[in-house]
Amino acid sequence: MKDKKQLQVNAIKDGTVIDHIPSKNLFKVISILSLDRIDTPITFGTNLESKRLGSKAIVKIADVFFLEEEINKIALVAPEAKLNIIRDYEVVEKKEVKVPDIIVGIAKCVNPMCITNNEPVKTKFYVVSKKEVTLKCHYCERIMDQEHLKII
Amino acid sequence: MKYKSLVSISDYTKGEYLRILELAGEFEKNPIKDILKNKIVATLFFEPSTRTRLSFESAVSRLGGKIIGFSDSTSSSVSKGETLNDTIKIVSNYCDLIIMRHPLEGSAKYASEVASVPVINAGDGANQHPTQTLLDLYSIKKTQGTLENLNIFLVGDLKYGRTVHSLLMALSCFNTTFYFISPPELKMPDEYKFHLDKLKLKYHEIRDLTDIIDAADIIYMTRVQKERFLDPIEYEKTKNAFVLRNLMLKNTKPNMRVLHPLPRVNEISEDVDSSEKAYYFTQALNGVYVRQAIIASILGLK
Repeated sequence: MKDKKQLQVNAIKDGTVIDHIPSKNLFKVISILSLDRIDTPITFGTNLESKRLGSKAIVKIADVFFLEEEINKIALVAPEAKLNIIRDYEVVEKKEVKVPDIIVGIAKCVNPMCITNNEPVKTKFYVVSKKEVTLKCHYCERIMDQEHLKII
Repeated sequence: MKYKSLVSISDYTKGEYLRILELAGEFEKNPIKDILKNKIVATLFFEPSTRTRLSFESAVSRLGGKIIGFSDSTSSSVSKGETLNDTIKIVSNYCDLIIMRHPLEGSAKYASEVASVPVINAGDGANQHPTQTLLDLYSIKKTQGTLENLNIFLVGDLKYGRTVHSLLMALSCFNTTFYFISPPELKMPDEYKFHLDKLKLKYHEIRDLTDIIDAADIIYMTRVQKERFLDPIEYEKTKNAFVLRNLMLKNTKPNMRVLHPLPRVNEISEDVDSSEKAYYFTQALNGVYVRQAIIASILGLK
């Protein structure tokens, strides 16, 4: 099993591999990282077997390296994601995503009476708990958990 | 505090609460001062709230300031589809301070970010109404002589009532013991209880007020709204458990006072009004002094 994974990683020369994405959130990851607007080769697999997640997805993006603050945005939908940074077919760095302290513009407030759902206001949330991601809206102060989280 | 907006009760520290209360005391002794003489204050009420607006406008007038604004959004360009951002930016040009009431939650925070003048939140939907909380603190301090170590009873709708939530947050700096009296459907939400647990403050959840009423220093009544109940029969059954009657006050402490953010419906029986322990009408008057203090301190005039 381990060898097989190594083989997948080695398939790109330079770039980033994002592993351990929950299958159901693959397309959210693609949208958050704007992968639909990248023109280098991208391959992804989904509904792959995973002991930890049950079903996982993996994305390989050639010639793209993300800034930490950029990649941490996916922590909301893929908190256990692991990153492999590939240079010349070798994994040169492994990273885990970290839930940021403040989330701007990715999530949607759950409260229909919140100003952000009624006027063109960019959303902003404070992360009050990182373990089971819980957010507090900067504007209406409503607290929402992972289950109610909606990605814009 | 100077030039800082007041949007949420958590914008102020304990020291700042006390500073406002002290200043409000000065305005109570000498309510007419001309310190706002060359200032213009805008009162933007995107939803009607006559009581709150008049209290603010009375405060501004007593300080000698001029008032511009509207009391209902149908008479402004909001009804033509203007965004809050645009309204606030334009009004910022015309005044030194904005006092705003808006039905959407978080609207005051947003306004404070786009305005070039300070904003006082006079209620943003079910979220915050910080000047109410400060006038509640003032009323408690005035009647009890202190804010420390009191037994505060919160009665009625503790689930949706924003005034009780803000009051709880503010009083949690003063070693308060809380008593929560509400129907089971309208209990204090867990997040506030967690907050008290974290600070190691005591609280008790009680179904019936009568057994324990004699321990109270303050009984803070709120309205149990019929529309909160799914079952109208359930409402009829529970509403009478939360009506305060004069007879119930018989053995209460001499210093005990009854507060209510008003308007009341039936939760305080009218026979309480004549009791010296009824304080809710004076509480409303205190709102003017407290608002004078907040306005003066934000504009850096005091």
